[in-house]
Amino acid sequence: MDLSLADEQKQLQDAAERFVRDKYAFENRRKIAATEKGFLPENWAQMAELGWLGMSFSEADGGYGGGAIETMIVMEQFGKGLVLEPFLPTVVLGGGMIAAAGSAAQKQALLAPMIEGKKQFAFAWLERQSRYNLADVSLKAEKSGSGYTLSGHKGVVYNAASADDIIVLARTAGGAREENGLTLFVVDGKAKGLTRRDYPTQDALRASELTFDKVSVGADTVLGSVDGAHPVVEDAVDRAIVALCAEATGCMDAINAATLEYIKTRKQFGVPIGKFQVLQHRMVDCFTNAQEARSMTLMATLKIDDKDAVVRRKAASGAKVQIGKSGKFCGQSAVQMHGGMGVTDELSVSHYFKRLTMIDLMFGNQQHHLTRYSNLAMAA
Amino acid sequence: MDLAFTPEELKFAEEVRAFVKANLPADVCDKVKNGKHLGRDDYMRWQQALGKKGWLVYTWPKKYGGPGFTPAERYIFENICAEEYAPGIIPFGTKMVGPVIYTFGSDEQKQKYLPAIRESTVWWCQGYSEPGSGSDLASLRTRAEKNGDHYIVNGSKTWNTMGHWADWIFCLVRTDPKAKSQEGISFLLIDMKTPGITVKPIIMMDGGHEVNEVFFDNVKVPVANLVGKENEGWTCAKFLLANERLGIAAVPQSKRGVEALKEIARAETDNGKPLIANQGFAEKIADLEIQVTALEFTELRVLSQMAHGGQPGPEVSGLKIRGSEIQQRITELTLEAVGEYSAPYLPGLLWQGTNEAPVGPDYAHLAAPRYFNTRKTTIYGGSNEIQKGIISKMVLGL
Repeated sequence: MDLSLADEQKQLQDAAERFVRDKYAFENRRKIAATEKGFLPENWAQMAELGWLGMSFSEADGGYGGGAIETMIVMEQFGKGLVLEPFLPTVVLGGGMIAAAGSAAQKQALLAPMIEGKKQFAFAWLERQSRYNLADVSLKAEKSGSGYTLSGHKGVVYNAASADDIIVLARTAGGAREENGLTLFVVDGKAKGLTRRDYPTQDALRASELTFDKVSVGADTVLGSVDGAHPVVEDAVDRAIVALCAEATGCMDAINAATLEYIKTRKQFGVPIGKFQVLQHRMVDCFTNAQEARSMTLMATLKIDDKDAVVRRKAASGAKVQIGKSGKFCGQSAVQMHGGMGVTDELSVSHYFKRLTMIDLMFGNQQHHLTRYSNLAMAA
Repeated sequence: MDLAFTPEELKFAEEVRAFVKANLPADVCDKVKNGKHLGRDDYMRWQQALGKKGWLVYTWPKKYGGPGFTPAERYIFENICAEEYAPGIIPFGTKMVGPVIYTFGSDEQKQKYLPAIRESTVWWCQGYSEPGSGSDLASLRTRAEKNGDHYIVNGSKTWNTMGHWADWIFCLVRTDPKAKSQEGISFLLIDMKTPGITVKPIIMMDGGHEVNEVFFDNVKVPVANLVGKENEGWTCAKFLLANERLGIAAVPQSKRGVEALKEIARAETDNGKPLIANQGFAEKIADLEIQVTALEFTELRVLSQMAHGGQPGPEVSGLKIRGSEIQQRITELTLEAVGEYSAPYLPGLLWQGTNEAPVGPDYAHLAAPRYFNTRKTTIYGGSNEIQKGIISKMVLGL
């Protein structure tokens, strides 16, 4: 057993650290968030150049042969800088599903340009009623000639406005919430009949509501098997969850460091407030929480490629529960210990707090994953 | 012992309900119900209606123009106002500076300031905290130097709530820089139109503007605006903070918040069923409702004690702590209920009252901003850490 990073992985970590230091000083991030796209194309190009967009894909798929550990390394640094480039929707979710389920032709047409930084993706699965059930999908894809016609609505689709292609989870058969009968389609972001309402999110990302009004797609847009998308989606989402956990550990480290610095320097009653035991203990709990989050993230990263689906799912859900709990504790504590300054827009603390809050809600909150974990663990 | 209200109290409740229904402007009520941002005029119209009835300063004794409500009547009044979606009464005049003026002020000051507070024709704001003086309020440094019949005020105040709408500000200022921290402080009333005052907005993490920094640059304030004696302002400050703690528990608002949460949990779906049918989530709401009930009965015990002429005992100190935690928990569970649809940030709808369409249900866009904004409740009015320090010292003798 060895849980230390290999030399190449250390280099990757250094490079990601450097990227965040150079590009994501807090006031810089504010400027990036205010741009039209909400991220910088030049940063995306740099990520491609550094090999980050292809590092977790096999060489056969045109990648550099890394995996979940590499994703964890960069996502953690992205968390420290609250990086805005759409790595999760494009690389982890989009790229991940294409690599897992795509045909050779699709990999050639989609994955290769993505790795070069020339294509971005979005993943449209959520609907108004879905909450966290990946099978609660009612957007319909009906057979029409040699292709399909898509009609329905998708919500909170991250990066939809910048995506070249949107990967849409649609119902081709079966009733409401049935796991069988779901199919993935790769839909051109500019397809006729597809309309978007774009908006910023609480944590300064970009997302959209999508309406599909009889959008025609060819049979070659089906990703994976017809009616058989559910296991592909579940695996992809579990991988995205583990990546989000890594991002959250980065956020927690950053917010804890900022809070520690603040309570060492902020003076009240003639002493730094960090001299008060009530804050010392709370600060210690923050660090313990962040350590647990880091441990669970590492555990899930190492188990996410396990052959046994139950092991993979428990790993992702277990980590997500821990991240939800630790993220909330560290975030709320950081704001409280910063006092009035903590609730302002001015300091970075509130921005980390907002990101940690939204991470808990993405792909199932603490409660949802506790139930999922419990069902998996007690069934054995 | 009897939990039921007397026939007189029930009659009073009917009177309050009828008054609120008849006098609360419909558009203001609608804004409160839908969580919209209220403007100065929205507050003023409701407060002036209450003022005409003599109920705006419902905590004041008859002697100073209050209605002289019994504790039970106060409780009824507060609850019915919340149930009918009336906006909260802005406390700076009614619950803060008003009682300071009738307790410590001169007769001239009472005549000059109290009627405008009772009728809500003047908007007051608070000048307490400073950038370097938060929890340690007594370390404040805004200086007031006497120069003939005026003070010259220099310094700055922060976390000044709604000061951009205010006509007057009450301030704690340092009049004797050589005295020990709590001893050289005075309580001054300052007209916001006086030359030398600048109000600068502070943007909160939900993107809203409700607090400010206020800068004083050689601001001339008549000595007649000093309340109480020079260098004895800390007495007023302590009196005001104790007053502030009553009612800060916000029980009626929290009861309303729990009901709104249940409505959302009924409207949201979870695996094809209403979210409220999810046992885990339902138990979280139940736990919250029990917490609110415990808080409400603690407050009722205090009210009952006061009705028998007693002073609020140690139990009152915990009200702010638990009340603020409960307010936060309501927003936390509401956010959980709304889930991923809380992600869209719609500043137009949220702050400017534009007719930007909501994304998802009407309530969704409010969930995250409320949760973010409500983090302030355990910080303002003396952080919960400070409150616990006071209780451990003053009540438990530790």
